[in-house]
Order: sequence, then structure tokens, then C-alpha cells
Amino acid sequence: MADTAAVSHGHGTGTGLSNNKLLMWVFLGSECLLFGGLISTYLIYRSRFGDGPAPGDIFDIPFTSVSSFVLLMSSLTMVLALAALQRGDIRNNRVWLLTTALLGSLFIGGQVYEFTTFVREGLGYTTSPFSSAFFTLTGFHGVHVSLGILMLMSLLISSLRGTLTRERSETVEIVGLYWHFVDVVWIFIFTVIYLVPSPTS
Amino acid sequence: MTETMELEAPARPLGAYTRPKANTGWRDWVTTIDHKKIGILYGAAAMVFFIIGGIEALLIRLQLATPDGTVLGADTYNRVFTMHGVTMVFLVIMPLAAAFANYLLPLQVGARDVAFPRLNALSFWIFLAGAVFLNMSWIFGDAPDGGWFAYAPNTGMVFSPGKGMDFYAIGLQITGIASLISAMNLIVTVLNMRAPGMTLFKMPVFTWMILVVQFLLLFAIPVITVALFLLMFDRNFGSNFFNPEMGADPLLWQHLFWIFGHPEVYILILPSFGIISEVIPTFSRKPLFGYPFMVFSGIAIGFMGWGVWAHHMFVSGIGPISVAAFSVSTMFIAVPTGVKILNWLATMWGGRIWFNTPMLFASGVVSMFTIGGLSGVTHSLAPADTQQTDTYYIVAHFHYVIFGGALLGIFAGFYFWWPKVFGHLLSDKLGKWNFWLMLVGFNMTFGPMHILGLQGMSRRIDSYSPGFGFEFWNMFATIGAFIIALGVLAFIVNVVMSARRARHEPPVGLDPWDARSLEWFTPNPTPVHNFDDDIQVEALDEFWHRKYGEDENGKVVRVASAEEVCQDGSATDTHLPSPSYWPVVLAAGLPFVGLGLIYTLWLCVPGAVLILMAIYGWSFEPVDDPDGPHGHHHDHGGDELVDGGSGATPAEETAEEAPVG
Repeated sequence: MADTAAVSHGHGTGTGLSNNKLLMWVFLGSECLLFGGLISTYLIYRSRFGDGPAPGDIFDIPFTSVSSFVLLMSSLTMVLALAALQRGDIRNNRVWLLTTALLGSLFIGGQVYEFTTFVREGLGYTTSPFSSAFFTLTGFHGVHVSLGILMLMSLLISSLRGTLTRERSETVEIVGLYWHFVDVVWIFIFTVIYLVPSPTS
Repeated sequence: MTETMELEAPARPLGAYTRPKANTGWRDWVTTIDHKKIGILYGAAAMVFFIIGGIEALLIRLQLATPDGTVLGADTYNRVFTMHGVTMVFLVIMPLAAAFANYLLPLQVGARDVAFPRLNALSFWIFLAGAVFLNMSWIFGDAPDGGWFAYAPNTGMVFSPGKGMDFYAIGLQITGIASLISAMNLIVTVLNMRAPGMTLFKMPVFTWMILVVQFLLLFAIPVITVALFLLMFDRNFGSNFFNPEMGADPLLWQHLFWIFGHPEVYILILPSFGIISEVIPTFSRKPLFGYPFMVFSGIAIGFMGWGVWAHHMFVSGIGPISVAAFSVSTMFIAVPTGVKILNWLATMWGGRIWFNTPMLFASGVVSMFTIGGLSGVTHSLAPADTQQTDTYYIVAHFHYVIFGGALLGIFAGFYFWWPKVFGHLLSDKLGKWNFWLMLVGFNMTFGPMHILGLQGMSRRIDSYSPGFGFEFWNMFATIGAFIIALGVLAFIVNVVMSARRARHEPPVGLDPWDARSLEWFTPNPTPVHNFDDDIQVEALDEFWHRKYGEDENGKVVRVASAEEVCQDGSATDTHLPSPSYWPVVLAAGLPFVGLGLIYTLWLCVPGAVLILMAIYGWSFEPVDDPDGPHGHHHDHGGDELVDGGSGATPAEETAEEAPVG
């Protein structure tokens, strides 16, 4: 009979994954369709900007490329955080968790700056179907990143309280799955919104 | 408690958060995380909404009984038929399927509980919160009136300025969260927690169908969530997703809705297919014919269900190529469904059929669903569908599949598993009254709607003028609807009378139906800890194979009695997870947030406080109450207490680790 500790490491389960990890994978599968719906909506509406600013006129691709790079680097630091804990290196685990959260926050800061600039340039949430779709899709992603930051901070607090030990490294791995997923989704969003040539007015 | 207890007891993080200890009375029901009790809660709540939805149906039929009906008036009529649809789909069939899934799935795979018992409680309470929230719209005098599919832009601010569609958009988002959590939980349970030896292809067909449904929910719910979310933002914050004046596409809602909506049809029907795939072999005294075909056709339906959504939109102007493609895919999806029907018939063929109530209901599904399936195929022919769209022919079709298919199957399940859940049988005599009244009433109500539809009577109209030839069949259908109501009444009477009779009669004993799957290894009703020991599964229909073998001539003979095969439910060392307050607290916060979004944002504050408090409490409550009586729970079959707390037992597999965040 498998005991709790064994099950939490996935021995003796049908898939070989622990219940918690499988739950996260299944959840991420569902998230694909959530973003799928929003990305499709954006694709339908990208050229429907009416009298408002067109996407091709307003996007600042160099700026967003930099913030995308920041987000992608946070995936690297997430991997380093997990690797540190798996070696039992609590100190580096904390450092990389904090770095990941900071890089995520930097990305969110970039998004806030971008949104503010767009609104100043006349692209409000209600300006056109394009504007609504753009803000909703990127905003939804931003909320996901923010929730990820909350998870990272929770891990950090847990670590400072001394409960995030090497034996519980799977928790970091599961949060990492979420974090990487959100980054991968951003690669799609960045490609679809910014890199594919946008209509201009 | 014992030494083992102390060894196991987790550190007490923030001692304020203890776990509830009640194991009797309403406190137990509110804080329970036992999958069996949650299943019963789902069933009871869904039956209440079934009665509400049924009253709405009767009101519709009263309004339409005679020409120029004046019972409801146009405005109320719109609200009543909208809420009838929403209620029956989201608050009756789905939770009834969830009731069976919750109760039976862990038993059928031989597990102690679902993978995440607290999340399981959470999904029930969120469902209930969403359901109550939707029906609160009646109290506020502003029930949704845009049809259950809520086509935008008709449901946007311009054409639906009241609050009704806000209740719809937010209410269904809340019930969607419940479905999603439940789907994730059950998928993990089936994939990870099967009894030793139970490979995927030794799972009962019911478990398989529920698994397919959970995957459909997992991928369909986010799509409607997007649609509802966009609608909510259009209505509350002025975005332009469904506003054609600003250049929005009026078909966007229809696509998003039906990409969810068609898989939803299979979400409604597949649990019933699973139920009757258990009932028919049991009462035909034969193994299910073509088990792998049954499983694969269920999976095929699950996949193909994603490629047929635009057949709901043939007249919306999606263009000839789309129409042709979806026409063909719709014809194809009839194939796996046909495979299932043939397999049920072949299972019955040559069997020694025992026509008691569950079997009658199951046969009702096979015949009635076939009628609904065939009228469905007529929709796949786009030219014919152009004539049928928005007529009563469509209403006839989907009631044949949802009532004739899904609901009758659920009733088959009630009669079949009632002894498993409550320890006594439902009366077969009243059950037959229940069945025949429902079957006759159902055919009287919905059969004539085919004719009315082909005569040109439109859906969703609140009245019709005399002289179109609609009078006779409308009156006929209304009479049929009241006969259905009598059938439902027979069921309720049966439930009450059987419970009363059971008080002075001996309990039902083991294995009343000579059944086949793992849940029957336990005594009736199921003890709180489910199984005494893990079951080593060697065959499909393991329970049956332990009872029967072959003699030297290859003839099937009984080799063991149920008493020899079944567990006696006496295990006392099973570790039981503690109940929790937080699922219900978290769920209670959601309607406040919803009302806040609709009326005044201030109301979101108490909602947010409740939700945050619950998440905080959830995260910090110990996995088990270190002070609490360990495994100290009432067995709902008797008064003996199950005491425990020893080391590793089957129960440990369900121990839940609070996910971070």
C-alpha cells in the first residue's frame, strides 16, 4: 500500500504523477481553451478599429520585445529556483524565487506603462472591438502573471517560515509548471498581436 | 489518541484554524468532504431545481394550451422559458450527472474517495451558490429572458437593458467554476487512483463515460466562460465585443456559445449512456456486448462533438462551404451513437431480461434516444434544417435526447443504485407507475411537437392565433406535460413511501441485482470508509467474475455467494480525512460578488472578504485536525463508530495536500 509521502511523489498512482501535479496539468489543459477563445476573438477583431487608433499605428514593438524578454528570462530563473531546492540549497531557492517574482513584476509594470500610453494616445477600452479585444486578452494574461507572482511570494513566505524543504520541492515544480505555461502563452500572444504585421489606418 | 496518531499528526500551523468535528446533523452535511454525501447533496439540490424547472415547463404549456394564451403574458413567458432551459441544463441534468459521478466513480475504481475531497465539497457549494444566484433573479423581478443560449447582440445592453442577462452571465460563470473544479478532480481520481490491477480497459463503462464527460467539461467550460465574460464586460463596462454598431461581429457569440454548446449536449447525454451501460447488462444477465466498441464510440463522440457546432448556425449566414462541412461532420457523429444503440440491443438479445424499473427506464432511453437521434440526423441535412430552424421540430428533437435520453437514464440510475446509497429498494410497483406515466406523458408532450414544427409553429412565441391548425396538438401536449408531472409525483411518493417502509423491513442486503462492478463489493448502504481492503482487479466486471465461474462443460455456474465475495464493511482502521468549513464559506462569497457587479460594487466587499477568509483558512488549516477524533465518523448505515488512526491504509491515497496559492 502506498503511503502519503509516496503518493505525493507519484509512486503508486495510475499515471506516475502525483495527484497535485496531475491536477495542475489538467488545469493548464483547460487554460489553453480559455486563451484560445480570447486569442480567436482578438484575431477576428484586430482589423476592426473603426475611427480609433489602428494596431499597426500604436504598438511599440521594441518596448514590448524587451518586456517579453524579461518574462522569458523569468522562466529560466524559475528553473534555477527549482534546481536549487532539489539540491537542498534553500538560500539559492529563495534568491531565484524572488528574482522570478521581480522579473514577473517588471513585466506587469511594462504592461501598465503600455496600457497607460495607449489610453493617452486615444485607445481606450471602449474605443473599438479591436481595443476591447486587445485589452481583454493582454489584461487576462497580466492577471495570470500576477496570480503567478502571488504564488511565488507564497512560496517565499513558506520558505522563510522554514516549511519549504527539499522534500516539498514538488510544490515549487507545480508552481513552475504554471509559470512556464503563462510564459508560453505569452509567446503566442506576442506573436499574434505584435509580430504578425498589424493593419494600419 | 494512539501513538501512531501523534507520530502522524502534522504540526499545528496557526492554531485558530481547526477542522470541524460534527459528524451528525446539518453541520455534518455542510462541512462534509465525503464523496458519497456530496453526491447525495448534488442529487437533492438538483431535484429541487428539477421541480422548479418542471413548474416552469408546466407554466409554458399552460400558456400555450389554447390560442391567444393569457396565463403568463409575453414578458414573463420569455423569462419562464429561458429559466426553464437554463435550469434543466445547468441546474438539473449536469448536477444529477455529478451526483452519480461523485457517489459512484470512486467506488467503481475502488478508491477511498476522490483525489481532492475538499475541492469536491467546494465544487458542490459553488454549484449551489451559482444555482441560487441564478434563481435570485426571480426575487429581484428580473429573470433572464434571452433564451438559454443568450444570443448577443440581442442580450446586449441595447436590446436587454434589464438585469436579467447579468444574472445569466454571472450565474453561469459561477456554476462553470464548479464544473471545472469537479472535472479536474474526477479526472485525477480516475487516472491516478484506480484499484490495483484495474487498467483503463477494465473500468466500467459508466466510469469511462464520466471520464469522457469530464474532459469535455474541462475544455468546453473555458470557452463559454470567455463568452460570458465578454458579455459581462460589454454590459457592465462598455466593451465592444457584441456591438455591431461599433463594427463587432454578430456571429462571435454564436460561435463561442456553440463551441461550448455542442460538447455540452454530450456532457448531458454521456452520463446517461454510462448508466444504462451498467443497467442493461445486469438485467439482461449478459456481459455488455462489444465493451471496447462502447468505450471507443464514447471517446469518438467526445472528439467529434467538437467538430459539429456550426450545425446550430446553418441559417445564420456562415456560408455554403461551412454549411456543407458541418453537415457532413454532423452525419458522421451519428455513427458512434448508432454503435452504442446497436450494442445495447445486442446486449439484450438472447439475454434473460428482468424487466424491473431500472431496466424499463434503460429501455426507454434506448428507444426514445433513438427517435431523438434520428430527428437529429434530419437536422444535419442543411436544406431540411433551414425549414426546421426555430420551429417546434427542434424543441421536439432536443427534448427527445435530453428528456428521453439523459433524464430517463438518470431515473434508471436512481432505481438501480438507490439500495447502494440508502440501503433499501424503491418500490418496483410505484416505479412502474413512475416509468409509464413519464413515458406516455413524454411522448404525448413532445411527439406532437414534431408535427407542430413541420406545420410551421415557431419556438419561443408566447402565443399563436387560432386557425393555423395548432390548437389540437398544443392542447394534447399540455395534457401530456401534466401526465409527466404525475410521473414525477409518483417518483417522489415512491421515495417517501419506500423510506418509510424500510424502517420496519429488513435491510436490502448485499447485491440485490446480481450486479457486476466494484461498488457492489461494499455493503448497502456504503460504509463511510468505502472498502475494507483494496480489491485486486483481474477482469472487467470483477465483482461478477468472483461470483461466477465455468464448470467442466464450459457452462457458467455460480461459484460464490454475494456474502462470500462482498466485504462486510467492518474495517475500523481506515483513515478518514477531516471535514472542512472553508468550501462552503468560499462558495458563499461568490453570489455577493455577483450581486455587487450587478447592483453596487460595494456588495463585492463582503464577498471578497468571505473568499479571502476562506482561501486563507483553507491554506492554513491542517490536513487533518490533530486534536480531532481520528476517523471518528458515523457510518450512515448504523450507529457504530469507525475508529481508526493507524498507519498506511487505502485511505492514505486520498490524503490531500493543499495546493499552494
